[in-house]
Amino acid sequence: MSAILSVQNLRKAYENGFEALKRVNLEINEGEILALLGPNGAGKTTLISTICGITLPTEGTITVGGFDTQSDFRAARNLIGLVPQEINLEPFEKVINTVRFSRGLFGKPRNDALIEEILKKLSLWDKRDARINELSGGMKRRVLIAKALSHEPKVLFLDEPTAGVDVELRKDMWDVVAELKATGVTIILTTHYIEEAEAIADRIGVIRRGEILLVEDKERLMAQMGQKELEVQLSAPITEIPASLATFELRLNDAGDAVIYSYDTQGARTGITTLLNAISEAGLVLTDVQTRQSSLEEIFVGLVHEAETDNKETGNKETAA
Amino acid sequence: MNWHGVLAIYRFEMARFWRTLMQSFLSPVLSTSLYFVVFGSAIGSRIEEVEGIQYGAFIVPGLIMLSVMTQGISNASFGIYFPKFLGTIYELLSAPIDHREIVLGYVGAAATKSLFIGVVILGTAALFVDLPVAHPWAMILFMVLTSLSFALMGFIIGIWARSFEQLQLVPLLVVTPLVFLGGAFYSISMLPPIWQSITLFNPVVYLISGFRWSFFDAADVPIAISLGAIAGFTILCLVVIAWIFRTGWRIRS
Ligand SMILES: Nc1ncnc2c1ncn2[C@@H]1O[C@H](COP(=O)(O)OP(=O)(O)OP(=O)(O)O)[C@@H](O)[C@H]1O
Ligand SMILES: [Mg+2]
Repeated sequence: MSAILSVQNLRKAYENGFEALKRVNLEINEGEILALLGPNGAGKTTLISTICGITLPTEGTITVGGFDTQSDFRAARNLIGLVPQEINLEPFEKVINTVRFSRGLFGKPRNDALIEEILKKLSLWDKRDARINELSGGMKRRVLIAKALSHEPKVLFLDEPTAGVDVELRKDMWDVVAELKATGVTIILTTHYIEEAEAIADRIGVIRRGEILLVEDKERLMAQMGQKELEVQLSAPITEIPASLATFELRLNDAGDAVIYSYDTQGARTGITTLLNAISEAGLVLTDVQTRQSSLEEIFVGLVHEAETDNKETGNKETAA
Repeated sequence: MNWHGVLAIYRFEMARFWRTLMQSFLSPVLSTSLYFVVFGSAIGSRIEEVEGIQYGAFIVPGLIMLSVMTQGISNASFGIYFPKFLGTIYELLSAPIDHREIVLGYVGAAATKSLFIGVVILGTAALFVDLPVAHPWAMILFMVLTSLSFALMGFIIGIWARSFEQLQLVPLLVVTPLVFLGGAFYSISMLPPIWQSITLFNPVVYLISGFRWSFFDAADVPIAISLGAIAGFTILCLVVIAWIFRTGWRIRS
């Protein structure tokens, strides 16, 4: 697979001097789905806006499909579709007209059959003649998606596409994303719903304070960073963990009738056998055992938090400057 | 050239105009008629003739110019300010369309609307007074150039403005006074000599004078200077717009 989007040494400082992106490097393969995670203000929207031409990069180069987004902006932008985070729509315009407008704006000839297909897929066909201000928030967000799809992009940016969308429609939207992927569209999405990234992404990128902390294959990330937990149910509750088990760093659950052991899935030896032996040697009787894998959410929180403590000092310097 | 893009913008801008067609049509008809009642009849009955032209007919070119200029500015400035205000400009900035095409779409639509109003006023005026047109081609040229250049200026104002107040500011504080003082309703030869010289610094004088020449074959300033003035103004606006897009001033952060 080749890179369809390449961001090199991208730096973005806003007019007020705030550095929203610091030397970002990112390669995205054709046909993949990348989920960009990061806390509020991390720079996700800034990154997307800079790639799409809404803000100007301060330094660095961006290519889409091999075309430079500045010197060859027409060819580059022909490939891009953008669903912005904010709901920005002309309130008095009809749904179908705004979607047709988008297609024309991107230099494509009118194609009513395609527009119909897109509106149907997004459950907006019944609302095609409604004015934007007669729609609900979730419907408006879907109009934004319809506008972006209307000009058949090869690379689609979805900036929090499912914020404010109900559970059922969110699943529908995941299906739409999966269908697009099947037709070869590359998708970069940001989200605060980690289960969304877990459900549809191929790779996960984590961004914080204008820096990409990591970009990793989802499966590998979950295997690598994931901690597994083993919960051992005891026949009778205990008040404290026997001293002989101290090396295992066990936790006692609230009820006191189970001990929890965390272990690294990547480790050569998990230590489970020794633990179970040690437990019976300590005179405890176990009734049940179960294992649990930490979710992407826990991995993400761990990552961002870790970086937070690592960078405390640099962070202070930033605020002082 | 992204012609589909230009057309999409043009159509989208014109759609608002068609939606309010009656309003777009009635308001110039009404205001022109009022001007005729006030200026043509009340004042005209005392002035009667200016430079050998019936006063009622004399004010028509000025009336048309006043509307074409103010409408050109307000249509274009609102046209581009709205997307900025609503945030829909993101789409314009991320589309494979360059600034010439964007300007062509917005300014073209704004100029079309103001031209339409100019023609409606001309038609209404013809109902009230005898209106000779000595140089029809020159008249069309002046009207098209004026609507275009003032729409260009409106486009600049729309990009510059950060609020609805600022949007109204320039037309209200600069353009309307310049037009009124630019000889829309009188010949500058009627002014005392000192004011005649001062008035010549008002660019609108050249436009109204030239436009009036195309009707009555009589002008305050030579027609070549009038043409030069409007051409110069158009070029100035184009240069400013080119600079705006090159630097991203007030559109791309
Ligand atoms: N126009 C601007 N001028 C100055 N600073 C800005 C501007 N836009 C964004 N910022 C700052 O840049 C940083 C990154 O903002 P950005 O919108 O990219 O974050 P985000 O990751 O998309 O956050 P969220 O999850 O809340 O959408 C923030 O600190 C923000 O305050
Ligand atoms: Mg954002």
